[in-house]
Amino acid sequence: MKKVFSNPLALIGFIIIASILVLAFTAPLIAPYDPDAIDVKAILLSPTLHHWMGTDGLGRDVFSRMLYGARISLMVGFVAVGIATAIGIVLGAIAGFYRGWVDTVIMRIVDVMLSIPTFFLILAVIAFLTPSIWNIMIVIGLTSWMGVTRLVRAEFLSLRNREFVLAAQTLGAKDMRLIFTHLLPNSLTPIIVSSILGIASAVLVESGLSFLGLGVQAPQASWGNILTDGKEYIQFAWWLSLFPGLAILITVLGYNLLGDGLRDAFNPRSSQD
Amino acid sequence: MLIYLLKRFLWMIPLLIGISLISFFIMHLAPGDITTSEANFNPKASEESRQKLRELYSLDKPVIVQYGLWMKRMATLDFGTSFASHQRPVFWQTKDKDGNISLGMIQEALPITLLINVLSLILIIAVALPLGVVSALKQNQLADRSITLFVFIGFAIPGFWVALMLMYWTGVQHNWLPISGLESLGYEHMHWYAQITDKLKHLFLPVFISGITGLAGISLFVRNGMLEVLHQDYITTARAKGLHENRVVYGHALRNALLPLITVFGLSIPGLIGGSVIAESIFAIPGMGKLFYDAVLMRDFPVIMGILTIGAILTLIGNLLADVAYAWADPRVRRGVIQ
Repeated sequence: MKKVFSNPLALIGFIIIASILVLAFTAPLIAPYDPDAIDVKAILLSPTLHHWMGTDGLGRDVFSRMLYGARISLMVGFVAVGIATAIGIVLGAIAGFYRGWVDTVIMRIVDVMLSIPTFFLILAVIAFLTPSIWNIMIVIGLTSWMGVTRLVRAEFLSLRNREFVLAAQTLGAKDMRLIFTHLLPNSLTPIIVSSILGIASAVLVESGLSFLGLGVQAPQASWGNILTDGKEYIQFAWWLSLFPGLAILITVLGYNLLGDGLRDAFNPRSSQD
Repeated sequence: MLIYLLKRFLWMIPLLIGISLISFFIMHLAPGDITTSEANFNPKASEESRQKLRELYSLDKPVIVQYGLWMKRMATLDFGTSFASHQRPVFWQTKDKDGNISLGMIQEALPITLLINVLSLILIIAVALPLGVVSALKQNQLADRSITLFVFIGFAIPGFWVALMLMYWTGVQHNWLPISGLESLGYEHMHWYAQITDKLKHLFLPVFISGITGLAGISLFVRNGMLEVLHQDYITTARAKGLHENRVVYGHALRNALLPLITVFGLSIPGLIGGSVIAESIFAIPGMGKLFYDAVLMRDFPVIMGILTIGAILTLIGNLLADVAYAWADPRVRRGVIQ
């Protein structure tokens, strides 16, 4: 862990993500206004001391909405990647441990999923279900497990015939025990790194969907749908478009820096670069 | 080489079957059947077209028969007609009994999306290649660090936000570039050179937005590839025999570092096609992405299924071309030495 924080970029990433977590969790305490409270006397006010990020077309306080939007972004990232990682670990472990035809079948399914443009797939599913935050998290999760599967499989394949695994097997360890106490813990680092990078792309996908009106639905605030409102007022209310875009940029940057820093810290080869 | 090609081609068959299964599954995701109102079915569709849809997808038959029929339609690329756009054919033009041709929706949209994607690939190569090479040659120096920062921001920046900002800045504030569509009013009456500049002006922002995310990834890829190759023995040999540094870098190192890039381009095709939804719907460009987005909003079921399938087939073709190009460029692959 020490090594991670000696990398300045990883440290910046960690600080960014930690601050957003704190802001999201304490949103009800620090938000100066109710995020959904409409105030017709305060429509499209530019940023002031009363409204740090101005107000939107319905007079709602943008700063309060941004705080609640942070909750959506974090939740979508964690839940979607949680689903994807769980599927990826199970399928990858089965493929890499048992090899043979099971492996072939699973890897072909991965190939098929990778050949359908993911964003189209997500939109198609959303078209048939109603767009809601839960559906979005599930759909993003179900369409992004392929990378983790390949990763876990590759790790398992390379660890499978190492002495410590063979020794455990000779001692009579059952398959489940081999997988969960010997192989999986030794493959954790790349899984964690790819999960963190996965959260970054899930946040981008959610904001893109919400921006297109197919994600989180109004009045619930999400960075993507605040931007959609901003699009309509872009000529007279720059603050509506600027802040959510910056928030997405900084959040995704934070996850990427953290993920990359972790990878460098745990990869003995990259320190030679 | 021929055997390799044949193998690679046959490989597409199981993938196509898998794609048909997934799209078939999605079609059955909707609550009830796809023609009922519970499925948010397009209210514009008449009872007659609902009945047609039920027949087209044989919803009254057992699931296995339905799948067989769906496979048959996929094989002939027959996706029926759109609900929303006056019964236009989804994929390719048809002739009615009076001899009037109605153009297919995908037939019209696909060339536009392909044009934008080809242009943005050219943009990506033109910018990312030099950035990656400079970054690798000046490793850990100021240039490398600034390029790395740029790469990180490129990864994190939401394309639709940049699109919005650029649209406002160049289109609304300064009036430099048109902000929507592919042609200005009166395009038909322009000179051919005015037509070309008009097209280019309209294409500039969409191409830039499509390219911006890929740019970061590719330049990072070139950098890492170059770094790896520069540490190889044959580079040391080339230097030792007194070759000029430029020859070493561009003649020996770059050529080898670029090889894997062929595969990366092949793999980036689904992302590019998928990414066209955002760029095209923001700039109102009538390509595949916009068509798909509109179809999703209207629950125009045949169009959704058609684009999903065609998009997947395009990806397969792209990957096939990438593999063939790789085999052509790298003799080790075509002789089966490495996979």
